[in-house]
Amino acid sequence: MSLPVIEVENLSKKFVISHEVQEKYSSLRDTIAKQFSQITRLKKSKQQSFEEFYALHDINFQVHQGDRVGIIGRNGAGKSTLLKILSRITEPSNGRVKIRGRVASLLEVGTGFHPELTGRENIFLNGAILGMSRTEIRTKFDEIVDFAEIEKFLDTPVKRYSSGMYVRLAFAVAAHLEPEILVVDEVLAVGDSQFQKKCLGKMEDVSKNQGRTVLFVSHNMGVVSQLCKTAILLNKGSIVYSGNADGAIQQYLNLNMTGQTYLSDDDSKDFYIKSAEVLDTNGNICNNFVTSSKIVFKFRLNKKIKNSHVKLSCTIQSKTGDYLTTFVEELDNWFSEEFGSREFQVEYAPSILSPNSYAFRLAIFVPNGIIYDLVEMICPFSIIDEGTSMAAFEGSHYGYFFSNYSFVALDEAKKVS
Amino acid sequence: MSTSELIIEPGRSEKNYWKDLWLFRELFYILSWRDLKVRYKQTTIGATWSIIRPLLTMIIFTVIFGRVAKLPSEGKAPYAIMVYAAMLPWQFFANALSEASVSLVSNANLITKIYFPRMIIPASSVIVSLVDFGISFLLMLGLFVWFQFLPSWQIIFLPIFIVLAFFASFGISLYVTALNVKYRDFRYIIPFIVQFGLYVSPVGFSSSIIPAKWRLIYSLNPMVGIIDGFRWSILGEEKMYWPGLMVSILVIIIFCFLGFKYFRKTERSFADNI
Repeated sequence: MSLPVIEVENLSKKFVISHEVQEKYSSLRDTIAKQFSQITRLKKSKQQSFEEFYALHDINFQVHQGDRVGIIGRNGAGKSTLLKILSRITEPSNGRVKIRGRVASLLEVGTGFHPELTGRENIFLNGAILGMSRTEIRTKFDEIVDFAEIEKFLDTPVKRYSSGMYVRLAFAVAAHLEPEILVVDEVLAVGDSQFQKKCLGKMEDVSKNQGRTVLFVSHNMGVVSQLCKTAILLNKGSIVYSGNADGAIQQYLNLNMTGQTYLSDDDSKDFYIKSAEVLDTNGNICNNFVTSSKIVFKFRLNKKIKNSHVKLSCTIQSKTGDYLTTFVEELDNWFSEEFGSREFQVEYAPSILSPNSYAFRLAIFVPNGIIYDLVEMICPFSIIDEGTSMAAFEGSHYGYFFSNYSFVALDEAKKVS
Repeated sequence: MSTSELIIEPGRSEKNYWKDLWLFRELFYILSWRDLKVRYKQTTIGATWSIIRPLLTMIIFTVIFGRVAKLPSEGKAPYAIMVYAAMLPWQFFANALSEASVSLVSNANLITKIYFPRMIIPASSVIVSLVDFGISFLLMLGLFVWFQFLPSWQIIFLPIFIVLAFFASFGISLYVTALNVKYRDFRYIIPFIVQFGLYVSPVGFSSSIIPAKWRLIYSLNPMVGIIDGFRWSILGEEKMYWPGLMVSILVIIIFCFLGFKYFRKTERSFADNI
């Protein structure tokens, strides 16, 4: 095999968190004021506590040409930081990366789209931003327009586009990039499912038939297992597993299994999920249920804003991340004060989920607006067969639900001649 | 398959900087083109803005400094043309500075999502101002006709001063732009500098009214040398004050150097800070 196209050696990225300064950027006024107070010693200069935080710590891996590598891990595991370093948006603090070939990174669809410009103009703008030359864009122009299905609106400013059209156009440009290495961050999570399928197909085509390398970050294990041959599992800035995709996904789920309860230590959000856990009917933390037992899901929400039609959605996910069932509740009914913390409990009736592994997804959001908090694949649990008629099939995947069904014969059994 | 090899490690981007600037020239063209397009698309009277603003300021200055305060013009040149000759580089500088200073922050989405030499962004703002300058320049040709004024032969030197104005704007813009990423209240300081500068620079009056002993110090304001140069090449009435021009050029070089250095130093952390 030829030389690897990406070689990552001892890569680290360190952030220094200062506990005194809250904002990311300071103001000159504050800086001057601080200088003054230090000179005059009016205020004893507060001991600023700095904390070093490794978003990535000593990462090593190699990617070969034509590989499709998934990068998975929980929020804050360092996936995005890794992509940002690979696409040269930030510099690493230590270590090095060697890349052979042209890299195009797609960390967001429609980067740099300008609402005032027409579809046609934005294709050129976005193309240039993603690293295509004008001649390249010109030769692919018709293909892009075709893929996005927006011929009629080519000369309309994109601010008048529907969000679906916007996303389609944005992805169409990106899909026609021809770099040797394509770095993609969860951008497929947009658009309708039909278009998503089209995009996935395109990405598979790009790598299988054209020998390009794809690095793909996602929360959606289903997509990862479908698209990627190998995967890297990150946890707290380190590589936990690197190898075939199914193995990585299994590890990812196990990783979540060990943390049965979800606990957020990030209180910077205005409205967030503080904690969550799965319990049995006696109130004990539990992650193995028999089919005939109730499943109790308990979580606490903290809030620091006024009521404004914020909703909660609670979903049961399959082990590959597919959404199985969801309910949505209006949170305004449950909080009267601006600041509040309240614990909720959901009870799922027994004998619905079939033996398999599941997890929860919680989101706090305003429909078509802000997402305050979103956690996926938390509080994983398993359903164990305790002697249903399906017990003989244990271990084989036969779906997620038990359905109420009737099974009758419509006529007498006849002899077949 | 091209085997261009890229190495990413701390401090590495330093070495490839000039090469990268060249590689990303296409992005630079297209961003400038976008800025221009958007600028003229959103306003109803579009390009007329770049004529109306200097024209109105010129009329006011001519009335106040020329008629009311009765300051002398340079030689036989009409006061209006003398003011306008200074207004051109000044407007260019002021526009470039105010546009560039907010350019990085308003393009934050680009900076956090893709890599490119960040210098492209303030540079494209300066280019947009240069186009504005071009449009305002056309108005000056109109003034020549109106006042039946024939510019001197020295106008062939004007491009030199345009280049100087470009570097003065770019150098200072780079510095201020980088500062604005770190200290967001710089955006309140810029309009002040621009307004203040209009009166300290010899826009409404001829710099010949400055006492000779102060003139060298006065030229520490880089716009003094540039404005004098513009007047010298367009009007050709006053003799050029060369030592002053040298001082101004020196200040411009220092600013370009500092601006470039500071921008390069902070550029690496833009994506983390913005």
